[in-house]
Formats: sequence, C-alpha cells, structure tokens
Amino acid sequence: MARVAAVTGNEAVAEALRQINPDVCAAYPITPQTELMQRFSSFVSNGKVDTEIILVESEHSAMSACVGAAAAGGRVATATCGPGLALMWEMLYVASGMRLPIVMAVVNRSLSAPLNIHGDHSDAMGARDSGWIQLWSENVQEAYDNTIQAFRIAEHLDIRLPAMVCMDGFIISHSIARIDYLEDDPVKNFVAEYKPVHPLLDLDNPKSFGPLILTDKYHEYKRAQHEVMTRVKDVVLAVAAEFEKMSGRKYELFETYRLDDAEIGLVILNSAAGTAKDVVDSFRERGVKAGLLKPRLFRPFPYEEYAQALKDLKAVAVLDRADSFGGYGPVFMEVCSALYPLAKRPVAINKIYGLGGRDFLPQHAAEVFTELEAIARTGRVKITKEYIGVRE
Amino acid sequence: MAVQINLKELSKKEILLSPGHRLCAGCSAPIIAKMVLLAAADYPVVANSPTGCLEVSTCISEYTAWKVPWIHTAFENAGATLSGVETMYRAWKKKGKIDKDVKFIAIGGDGGTYDIGLQSLSGAMERGHDLLYVCYDNGAYMNTGIQRSSATPLGADTTTSPAGTAIPGKVQKRKDLTRIMAAHNIPYTAQASPSHWSDFFKKVKKALEIKGPKFINVISPCNRGWRSRLDDAIQLSRLAVQTCYWPLYEVVEGVTKVTYKPREKKPIEEFLKVQGRFKHLFTPENEWIIKKFQEDIDQEWERLLKEESRDS
Repeated sequence: MARVAAVTGNEAVAEALRQINPDVCAAYPITPQTELMQRFSSFVSNGKVDTEIILVESEHSAMSACVGAAAAGGRVATATCGPGLALMWEMLYVASGMRLPIVMAVVNRSLSAPLNIHGDHSDAMGARDSGWIQLWSENVQEAYDNTIQAFRIAEHLDIRLPAMVCMDGFIISHSIARIDYLEDDPVKNFVAEYKPVHPLLDLDNPKSFGPLILTDKYHEYKRAQHEVMTRVKDVVLAVAAEFEKMSGRKYELFETYRLDDAEIGLVILNSAAGTAKDVVDSFRERGVKAGLLKPRLFRPFPYEEYAQALKDLKAVAVLDRADSFGGYGPVFMEVCSALYPLAKRPVAINKIYGLGGRDFLPQHAAEVFTELEAIARTGRVKITKEYIGVRE
Repeated sequence: MAVQINLKELSKKEILLSPGHRLCAGCSAPIIAKMVLLAAADYPVVANSPTGCLEVSTCISEYTAWKVPWIHTAFENAGATLSGVETMYRAWKKKGKIDKDVKFIAIGGDGGTYDIGLQSLSGAMERGHDLLYVCYDNGAYMNTGIQRSSATPLGADTTTSPAGTAIPGKVQKRKDLTRIMAAHNIPYTAQASPSHWSDFFKKVKKALEIKGPKFINVISPCNRGWRSRLDDAIQLSRLAVQTCYWPLYEVVEGVTKVTYKPREKKPIEEFLKVQGRFKHLFTPENEWIIKKFQEDIDQEWERLLKEESRDS
C-alpha cells in the first residue's frame, strides 16, 4: 500500500500533516522550516485539508495561537526552527504545563550569534527541559513516520503532552530522498478522531485555563508533569508497534546498529548517524567490533534502556551537534547519567561536531572509532570533551 | 445602529465575574470587566486575559471568578492566544461541531496591551479575527508595583520614573494606542470610561454586533498607583473625561465620532491635583509640565473634533 516518492524532509512532513488534517495550524516563516509551511499552506489554499491556518507575526505568537487553539479543543500543529524555537521558549512551557498535545516539526537549526541558518541541534536541545516529548529523525522517512506517530503519542489520554519531531535543517529538510508514503486512509485511521479533554469551547461547562498557582501547589503540578513523562516511553513503544503493523517499519526508543557484540560504540543523533553507520561497517570489515546507538526518544530520556544497551561496551563516544558552553554536550550528559549506576561501565568521551551545519564526514567518525579503539585497549582518556573537524 | 440600554433589564442579568476575587478595594478593573461581560450577556462569551492585575487576582489555584470560559497563557500574547481560540471555533463551526454565535473578548491592562503585547495585538487585528480586545488602562505596571509603561502620562511619579530632584517623573507623554488601533483600519475602535456607563455599554454592544477585530480602550483608575482615595475610581474616570484627558469617541469603519462633549472642558489641574502621582507638579519649577500637559490635551481634542467634522 506504499507510495514511493523522492521528496525533501519538509515536503515529507507537510505531506504527513496533509494526511492528518489538523484543525488548526499556526506558523511563521523561518529558514529552513519555511518550505514546510509553504507546502502546507498550498494544501489549505487548494482545499486539500480542512485546516484553519493562522499566519502569525512571530513564533511567540505561533505557539501562543497553538496554545489557544489546543485549549479551545482540537488537533493543532506547527513547525519552526532555531531562533524561532528560541522565541517560543516561554510558550513551550505553557503548552506542556497546560497538557496540550500540540505537535511541532522542528527543523533543527543553529542559534545566533553569529547568525547561521544551517543545521545543528542547539534549538531543540535548548528546549529539552520544557516538558515536550522529543522524537528525533535520521532521514526523510523517519521524519514522516515520527510525525504521524507523534500525534498518537501526544494525544494519548494518559499522556496529553506536546511533542516535537526533530530533523536536521537543510541536510534532511532540503535534501531529496526516497520515501515510502502511506496511503491517506490508513494514516487517518491511525491518528483517529481527536478527542478534546475539557475544551474551552464547551460553553455549557465553563473552564478557566492558566491560573496563578504559587508556593502552595506549584511544586506538585511540576512533579505531576514529570510523572506523566515517565509514562511516555511505554506509549511510544505501543504506538510504534501499531505503526509497524501498518507500515512494516519498526521503531523503538532508539535504534541500535551492530551494537550487540560491540566493544566500542558511538551515540549519535539524526542525519549524522546515517554517515556513521557506514563507518561502523568499514570497521567491522576490519574485524573491529564497532557499533552505534541512534537516539529517537530524547525526552523523556529512557535511562535504563540506554544503560542496558551500552553496558557491555569498553568505550563509548557520544557525539553532540549542540553545545553547553562550559559543560558537556547534552546527549553526553544524559548518556553518562544512564551509565553511572552500572558497576562496570564503558569509558565515555564527548565530541562536539557539525555546529552551524559544518559537514560531518565519514573520516570524522573513523577518527573517533580509532580513538575509541585506543581507549578500549588502554583504558586511558586524553580529553573528555573535544571538538572535531575544527579548522585551526 | 442605535443600541438601547435598559438599566432595569440589565439589573436582572447575572454578573459573570463573581465576587471573592482578590483585586484591591476600589480597583476599577473588575468594574470594567463586569460591565463588558454584562454588555455581552446576550451571547455566549469566551474571555481571555494577559498576565496582569485582573488575571492574577481572578483565577488562583482551584478558584476562579470567571463564570464564562476563560484563558490566560502569558503576558505579551493575548491577541495571539485569543486568535487561536477563535480560529479553533471557526474550525469547529466548519465541521458542524458548534452552532452558537460565540463572542471572543480579551481584557488586558496597558502593560500587556500598549507595551509587551502590542505586536501580538497588532497581528490579531491585521489578520481580522472576530474578537473584541478591551484594554483597561491604569497607566502603569500596577501588578508589579507601579512601574512606568508607555501608557503612563507625562510627569507621573512611578517607581521606575520617580519624581526626583533631577528628573520630575515621567518625561515622555503617553502613547496614543487608540489611534494606533484605529490606524489598523479595523471596523471598530473606541475609547470609553466606566463613569459614562451607558456610553461604555453601547460601545461594547455595538462592537459585538460587528464582525471582525474590535478594540476598546477604557480608562481604569488605580488608587494604589494614582495615589488617590479608595472610593474615587468613578469620580477620577469622570474627571479624565471632563478634562478631555480621556476623550470618549469611536471610529466606526474609519468614521470618527466623539460620543461625549463636555459642556465645559475642565482644566487638567482638576484631574491632576487629586492624584498623589502628580503632587510634585504643583511646584514653581514643574509648572511647565502642567502647561505642557494642557497643551497636549488641547491639541488632541482639537484634532479629534476636526477629524469628526471631516467625517460627518
């Protein structure tokens, strides 16, 4: 039942949104997301969807309108990237605090200054504490599949949280790749009719949204938000199982690649994981037990599962396409937290790569594997956090 | 479009902002909110407030004073938030999920309207959402402790523009937001005052009968910030009108009409002298500010009358 096409990442996510047909979308143009909402706007203009679109005057207003629309009681989607996501920051917390299942495509882009429009993960990593579910996508296919699954996860009645689907700006958003589209009806059936919970538009039962809550109960509200997050991973797996039945494509909390018997491994997000998989193969051909883990669900972070998957490695390198200046990269910090409870754990190092869209080349992955081989042999780490591919 | 107001009929209607809220004694914001809701009582209403005095005092933990559906999301985004709600209503309507004629009303203070929320408000107006935005203008950030806003009048003593020995209070005159909103060429813009309740009611009712974006700016005396008596909110708002500090007018489809002309325009001192925030102006070295204040008012009033005669 698949429909094979060659499309960009933006086109693929726009197509998913067409099939899902949200009630309301609010959006603001920003490179490299612009094309996504342009395509969706043409679906609106040509009557391919019933969606009411709000073309706002900023990303802050985009998320504010999404919050208003979702509280009113319907399915809501938007898309942004980089500085746009940064401008939304305040409202991200409002969306999750109000338990509104908004789905947002994040076309990962770097943050200013200096101004740069290319792909890195600074935007979504900066939003990792905002209470949004985060799904990350290696390629066009995953961006499409994750978008469809995100609605089911976000809107699940045990969850009711907003979700962002991340894909690399330009590298995926603007590169044409092969995709297996699902037909419209199975997608519509999969996401099903939206069930509003306490809609503001239920005029006979007036509700107040957005109270002031001070020291007496705020702490409890926030703990409740954490608790609901802990239920997300089971829902992600259940939705993935159903999605697999429909599509034949398997999704988990993360993807492991030749990791089972590996002695050295990389943890790497999104498009660069594709490049690194080829390098895993070349090391395997040389008899080196190399493997890879590619995160999919980054928030909530499945710590136990990571520990289980990585525990037998001798050395692991976590590659971050975002930085925490004066600290370690965000993925590294999580992976180390996952490994710490293990009595015997791999040596871990952190590499920062590809900021502002700098290419991540096979040779970069190869250099890291070579370093990991030495660490596995000697147990010695020269430097924990390093930048790769830096032009001196 | 003559709108009739029957006080007897109004008195029978339910007040949709319940008592027990935590606004200060003598605050005019709840008076204005109640008047708006009463004037809108013929319709189902969804209300929205940006962060501010009215918002923090009317919905706390499990308690809400709002008997209509109400949403607050943040400070700078009432226009965008209500745009979202109103758009979802249109989506529901298109799908036959709702058949009622619902009115969407935002009620926000001057900080959330003139300053931090101006972009969001402007966007909502430009996009043509079917909503009414009511600003209760008390002329400063009263909720955070009387800091100057762009609605603060010339010379006012606030906590961030304190009247000192070097600087005599706020040195800039206030932003004319009503004109800015009228310049959006929306179908309805007005200025109103709780003292002139009949005029205010008519304006709200008239606005709600018009499809599209509407804006009403309402003067809202604040005894904490204006350093005035607890029981003088209505009196002060009346003085604001009688001195032409706060002219009552409307702009309907581009046509300006002054809805109240004082028989005798009172000197601005009448309005200033009963407020502690202007106390320092009544000294020889600051007399020029009062003079400037009067000149600005006279100029604006003349402009308004000219605009009205141009349009009539």
